[in-house]
Parts: sequence; structure tokens; C-alpha cells
Amino acid sequence: MSRLSINKTYKLYIGGKFPRTESGRYYELTGKKGEFLANVSQGSKKDFRNAVVAARKAQGGWAKSSAYLKGQILYRVAEMLEGRSDQFVEELRMEGRTAAAARKEVETSIDLFVHYAGWSDKYPALFSSVNPVASSHFNFSNPEPTGVVAAVAPMSGLLGLCSVVAPIMVGGNASVVLASSERPLTAITFAEVLNSSDVPGGVVNLVTGFADELLPVMSSHMDVNALLLCSDDAKAAAGAREQGAENVKRVVVKPDAPLEESPYHVMDFQEIKTTWHPVGV
Amino acid sequence: MGVPTIEFPDLKSIPTVDQVGVEERAARFQTRSIKAETKLSALRLAVTMLDVTTLEGADSPGKVRQMCAKAMRPMPEDPSVGPAAAVCVYPSLVRVAAEEVEGSGVKVASVATAFPSGQSRMKERLAEVRWAVAEGADEIDMVISRGKFLRGDYRGVFNEIVRCKEACGEAHLKVIIETGELRTYDNVRIASELAMGAGADFIKTSTGKVQPAATMPVTLVMLEAIQDYIDRTGRKVGMKPAGGISSAKLALHYLVMVKETLGAGWLSNEWFRFGASSLTNDLLMQIRKQQSGRYQSGDYFSKD
Repeated sequence: MSRLSINKTYKLYIGGKFPRTESGRYYELTGKKGEFLANVSQGSKKDFRNAVVAARKAQGGWAKSSAYLKGQILYRVAEMLEGRSDQFVEELRMEGRTAAAARKEVETSIDLFVHYAGWSDKYPALFSSVNPVASSHFNFSNPEPTGVVAAVAPMSGLLGLCSVVAPIMVGGNASVVLASSERPLTAITFAEVLNSSDVPGGVVNLVTGFADELLPVMSSHMDVNALLLCSDDAKAAAGAREQGAENVKRVVVKPDAPLEESPYHVMDFQEIKTTWHPVGV
Repeated sequence: MGVPTIEFPDLKSIPTVDQVGVEERAARFQTRSIKAETKLSALRLAVTMLDVTTLEGADSPGKVRQMCAKAMRPMPEDPSVGPAAAVCVYPSLVRVAAEEVEGSGVKVASVATAFPSGQSRMKERLAEVRWAVAEGADEIDMVISRGKFLRGDYRGVFNEIVRCKEACGEAHLKVIIETGELRTYDNVRIASELAMGAGADFIKTSTGKVQPAATMPVTLVMLEAIQDYIDRTGRKVGMKPAGGISSAKLALHYLVMVKETLGAGWLSNEWFRFGASSLTNDLLMQIRKQQSGRYQSGDYFSKD
């Protein structure tokens, strides 16, 4: 007798837990030939709000943890991705990648986490400065995390998601990321990786669903300090900027493609604090 | 409010509480769907039911003044929100609070009787009540001796409350039964009956210093005790859950429970209060969310 297959329920990742969407809505994901792949949670505004609450709670502690620890945890994510790479390859293939392309994407994602893990204790040194001033002050500037960052990940799947999550995370921010609606399977499996990598609950939250519905809430939420929008839709970007103006949100718009490895993506979600310290008599 | 008849309750006639039933019933109040307009009016109502509270060793006159200002006008840009029902402080800060809220309609409540443990001599506890009233308190929140209660000295607890009520004079008396230390719903029911029989104007769940503080099932048991007491004596008694109610959503669940247990007559700050410190801001944030459509951030609301 053939064994009954156990299909995975793809839920959300909020505050270190895997809740179902509060709305109870799901959408059906189908493969290239129209075959059924999975039911995916269609996250709602309330799911997003709950995720922001979890992110806000986690952000302070994450920002305070040492650069060394943050780097270690990002490296740990890479380790766990490596260990489960076959599962990711399989899911990427289900979503329509060739075997070679899937393997390449998983490897690039792992390397990307190692790359940003390395930046953890280096970007503050690189982007800090001691400034010459015309008074008897020791004047210096250094980057600090922006806070809670909402992000709309590129449509491309695992690599796109990782390229958004890692720089925001290494910068000491907490994030709420809307995964690709076309390729959401790896997002939730990736959440399982985060969950078993010593990433504190709430530092990264993943919601699946549709940007059309969620972008207005993401950009208008007063407790979100910054928004990263990976989209080629100029109208959506303009709308997000307008909504985000209410609380002077930092809105960063990028093309709908995985972000290249770069410390400048870390700096997109940093605020520069300048300190004037009196010296001399 | 009629003049209370002081009468020790007939303990044999006090019904026992069905734990499973109470918990299920309380959980069911949380499933009501409250639509936008109703939600907004309920949030506004909840603000007017607040006993804005600070009971910390670190309390200072400055902090109390700021809290009073917030109680009188919780949302600076919208005078139609609030004011809160009362401010609740330690006796040493009653005078500061009373001067601050004078003429605003906001009452001053003071904890007394060796709050929060109640472990002191009756003489000092009564003296504290008189002092707080003399300083200008409109309401006294007393604690019962849980030690006495748990060893079965119900008569002793009853007499304590009667004497505190006398010491209050014109001031209203709220009796804190500290449900977190009473252990069973049956004890909560008995303590509620003792307090009401001894002349309490309000019965209150907790000091906020003991976990668990107010929960919905415990509040339901007390609300049902009030209902039975009214049926028996015709005197209305108020209810104040305190401690642990920090979200607006939970506050709305409580309002649903009060309405469905005691009726709409209890939906006023004369008969129902929330003892809370962090609930205020969540209510204000939800009100502004309802008005603006934007989810709010604590950054835009004053902390105290």
C-alpha cells in the first residue's frame, strides 16, 4: 500500500512563531503545468500589524547585542541553510527553476549570508568618522539602526528574500518582510532556518500575501521606521512615499530583483548620529 | 447609592463556582465581533472608566502632576476624549493629586491599609485611611488581610472592612480582594460577598503587585456575585478589575462581559472602572487608529 503523503502547511512567521493568518485566507500555488503545489497563507493587514508589534518588541535587544554576536548569528543562518540546501533546491524546482539554477540560487544565498555576517563588525568602522570642527569639540559620527523596517521582497524567490533580510538584519534592525507572492514556498522554509539559528523571535518576521493589499498598510503604519520596496511599479512607489511621509518614514525603492551584496544596503537602514564632545579647557 | 445595610453574609447560601463553566463563559465574551462605530464609542467609554494609576516606590510629585494632566485631558488635540474617572496614588501623594485635578471632575483615589500586603496593625491601617481622606482622597482602595481570609477568619476580614468603611466617612470604599492570592473561584466569591456585606462601594480584583492579577473569569465571578447581591438587597455595587489589562482589545472584551452580565446600566464610570497604567495609551492609539486609518506608534503619545 502506498503511503499517504504529508503535505506541509505554509504558515506565517511572526515573533518567532508560525501562526496561521488571522484572516483564515489562503491562495493556491500551482506549478508550471497547473498542478497543485501548496496552499499559501494570504496575510492580512492585522497579520502585518501583529508582526510590527513583535518586531518593535525585539528590535531594542537585537540592536544592543554585540556586533560579534550578530555576525555569529548570521553565519549560523548560513550554516543552517547549507544543511538544508536539498530541501530548498527541491522547493525552487517545484516553483519552476531548473536543477542547476536552483542549486546555484541556494549557494548564492548561503554565500550572501556569510558575506553580510562579515560586515557585522566592519560597517560601523567603515562608515563612522571623526569630523574636523572649528571649536574645541571632539566630533564624531556613527551609524545606528533605523528601527523597524518593513520590506517588500523581490518576486524572484529565495535569493531575493535573503538579499533583503540579511542587510537589514545585520544593521541591528527588526524587519517585517512580505515574501514573493509568486514564489513563497522557500520563504517559510527559510523562516524555519531562522527559527533554528539563534535569531531572536521577532527580529525577522515573514508574511506571505499580496503587495497590492498590504503595501498601503506597510507604508502608512506609524510604528514602521523605514520601508524597502523592491518593485518596478512606479505608481506603487510614489504611493508608498506619499503614505510614508506622515511619520517621515525612510522609503527605499529598488528594482524587482535580488540586491547585490553591498554594505551600502546595510547603510540604507542606518541613521547617522553625530556627537559633540567638549574637549580642552 | 442606598445606605448599605451591614450584614455578615450567610456563608451557607453562597453558591460554589463551576470553574470550567466560568472559564468557558468568559472565553466566549472574547468572540464578539465589534464593528468600527461601536468600537470607537466603546474605546471612548473605556477612557472615561480609567483609574489612571501609579503605585511605585519611585513616584514623585512631578510624575503625579503629569499623570493628572493626562487623566484630565488624555488626548491633547481632542478634548472630547476623556477625562478619565480618577487618578490612583499612594496616600503621600494624594494632596498633590487633589490640588492638580481640583474642579475637573476627575476623582482622587488612594490606596491605603498597608497596601499591598495589608500586613500591619488595624490601628495603623485605619489611621492611613483617615489620613488619605483628610489629604483629599475621594475614594479609598483598601486591601483585605488575605492571611486572615485564608485561615478561615472570615468574620475578622468582615470586621476589617466595616471599620475601614467607617473610617472613610464620605469617601467611597473600594475593597481589593487580591484574587491572585485567594487561589480558588469559590474564595473569590466568598471574599466578594464579605466585602459587599460589609458595605463596600466597589469590589476590586487586585493590587497589581501579585500575578495573576485581573483575569476575565475572576471578574466574571465577581460580577455574578454583584448581581446576586443586588437581587437580594437592592443595593448596587461597582466593579473594578485592576492589573494586567493593558490592551484596548482586552478592555473591550471586559465591557462586553459587564454589559452581558449586569446590563447596560453598568457601562458608566460610576459603576465600572479599569485600574491600569499602560492601558491609557493603547486606548488612545486605537482611537486615533479608528479616526485616521493608520496604525499608531507609542512614539507619538506621552509616556506617563
